[in-house]
Amino acid sequence: MGLTSTDIYLISPELALAGLALAVVLLDLALKNKTVVLGVAVVGLLVPIAFAVSLWVRVDGLVFARETGFNGSLVIDQFAIFFKLLLLGILVLVLLASNEYTGRFRRYQAEFTGLVFFSATGLMLLPAAGDLITVYVALELASLPIVALAAFLKMQARSTEAGLKYLVLSGVSSAVLLYGFALLYAATGTMRIVSPSAAEPSIAQMLTVTHAGLPFGNVAVLAGVVLVLAGFGFKLSMVPFQMWTPDVYEGAPTPVSAFLAVASKSAAFAVVLRVFYSALGDVSADWSLVFAALAAVTMSVGNLVAIAQSNVKRLLGYSTIAHAGYMLVGVAAIAARAGDAGDGSLGIVSVLFYLGGYAAMNLAAFFAVIAITNRTGNETVRGLAGLGQRSPLLAGMLAFALVSLTGIPPTVGFMGKLFVFNAAINTGYTWLAVIGVINSVVSAYYYLNIVRVMYLQPADGDARPVSANAPATVALAFTSIAVLLFGLWPTGLLDAARAAATALLQTL
Amino acid sequence: MLERLLILSAIVFCIGMYGVLSRRNIIAMLMSIELMFNAVNIALVAISRYVTPAAVRAAGPTEANAASVLTGQTLAAFVIVVAAAEVALGLALLITLVRQRDTVDITQVNLLRR
Repeated sequence: MGLTSTDIYLISPELALAGLALAVVLLDLALKNKTVVLGVAVVGLLVPIAFAVSLWVRVDGLVFARETGFNGSLVIDQFAIFFKLLLLGILVLVLLASNEYTGRFRRYQAEFTGLVFFSATGLMLLPAAGDLITVYVALELASLPIVALAAFLKMQARSTEAGLKYLVLSGVSSAVLLYGFALLYAATGTMRIVSPSAAEPSIAQMLTVTHAGLPFGNVAVLAGVVLVLAGFGFKLSMVPFQMWTPDVYEGAPTPVSAFLAVASKSAAFAVVLRVFYSALGDVSADWSLVFAALAAVTMSVGNLVAIAQSNVKRLLGYSTIAHAGYMLVGVAAIAARAGDAGDGSLGIVSVLFYLGGYAAMNLAAFFAVIAITNRTGNETVRGLAGLGQRSPLLAGMLAFALVSLTGIPPTVGFMGKLFVFNAAINTGYTWLAVIGVINSVVSAYYYLNIVRVMYLQPADGDARPVSANAPATVALAFTSIAVLLFGLWPTGLLDAARAAATALLQTL
Repeated sequence: MLERLLILSAIVFCIGMYGVLSRRNIIAMLMSIELMFNAVNIALVAISRYVTPAAVRAAGPTEANAASVLTGQTLAAFVIVVAAAEVALGLALLITLVRQRDTVDITQVNLLRR
């Protein structure tokens, strides 16, 4: 019952990351040379990565391919570790790329890094949650540092406004989510997503149908699921809970927007998959259609509103809403609708693959934008004019990332969409795949418009070359290569996604 | 008794939600969010007291299932702590906002979205 050394080992990546966050902040007090502190932060990330890899190897040999810790509150399976590694990778890249940007508040650079680490700790715990209590605590651990980060530029009213908007809306969404949890708890008498022992059944085991014909078969579960969906919808920036996204992305420091767009969204999708597939798997036919409808609305709204944007960060904000829509297509694609046995994990695999690819291409786009706007100080699309001549390398990589976001081969964006739409068609959602393809065509308009402005319009006024510093260039090159590599040879990422999806489906 | 407590919780939650949506003062909005959290706490504690899984009830309270008998109260304790942290952060941001703009009116906070 008490704390065992296994529990500590299972949570070691998070412990190491939180410890690193404290170490960075304390080192900053002791050391004059700030570059050393950042070096320690980046190199120190190897420790949680090593722990996560060793956990992957450890659970790989187990019969159920999972271990539970803290009396079932923590589930370590390949699904959870897939996200741990993805988030740690994102963390390394964001740190490298934001080095130059954070130079403008050099005195607080370590605090900035520490807050990003704390938020990432919460995000890493989310996919490993074994009960709803862990889900809530991890979610808040991830959100509160992001509020502080969004408002980090204390001297800029826009940054404070972004932080305040995120705080109020995240508070409301948390309360709604909690009320949903309370209703699920009332209906089932438990908050376990995964049952640690026969004495403590999970939500899935306790679900009972009291009103046949009603969706979810139970009034409390129906209301609970609607509220939980609204609460998570905020984190996913799913329409109609997407209002905060463009505002916060525009006002927050650009590295924070990148972190929010990629890391926060990945973990949110992970926890949605965990809760809906594991805890509510028996009533999947009921929520599947809800996700399908929300996916269609989310991608359409994201893409249509993005067309009208002139600020690049805002445009990328709407673009992430659209991509959340594509990924929701994969969430909706559950095997129960397929009729035949088939590959039950098709939808989950496609979402996980898309998340991996989305991380690479969206980070590439954000990193290029960080490097460019940090030098030019102009965040509008018009400000990118003539960049093809001023900075061929940065412009080339940004153009490549945008091509991938559109979904044109040979990029990972194309592969991701292929898998997601394939999963949709295989589970009887052909209409959803058609809407997705139409949306991809619409998105080409605003993505390729940026490419057109960069290469075909002359720079107005200032025509000096723009370049990124060394760490940012490394991060940018790494993400660009990943976009190309996974686009040409998706097998590596696909195998990892498949292992993770299989592990998730076993936690029923 | 459970019904009464859940109805109370639902009423408090709706008052909180109405407050967030209708108030323009950010402090009042933060207070309304607190109200929503506390409504959830009422529900959680009530459910924890009156609803326990049949399997757990049949086995009687033992050390092994103490955790699941107290699930709702555990979450309520976490909610209280997190809500306090959230308000601390909110007030810090509010002080920054007042220094910058000399207002606590949410409708005056409109630099973005144009």
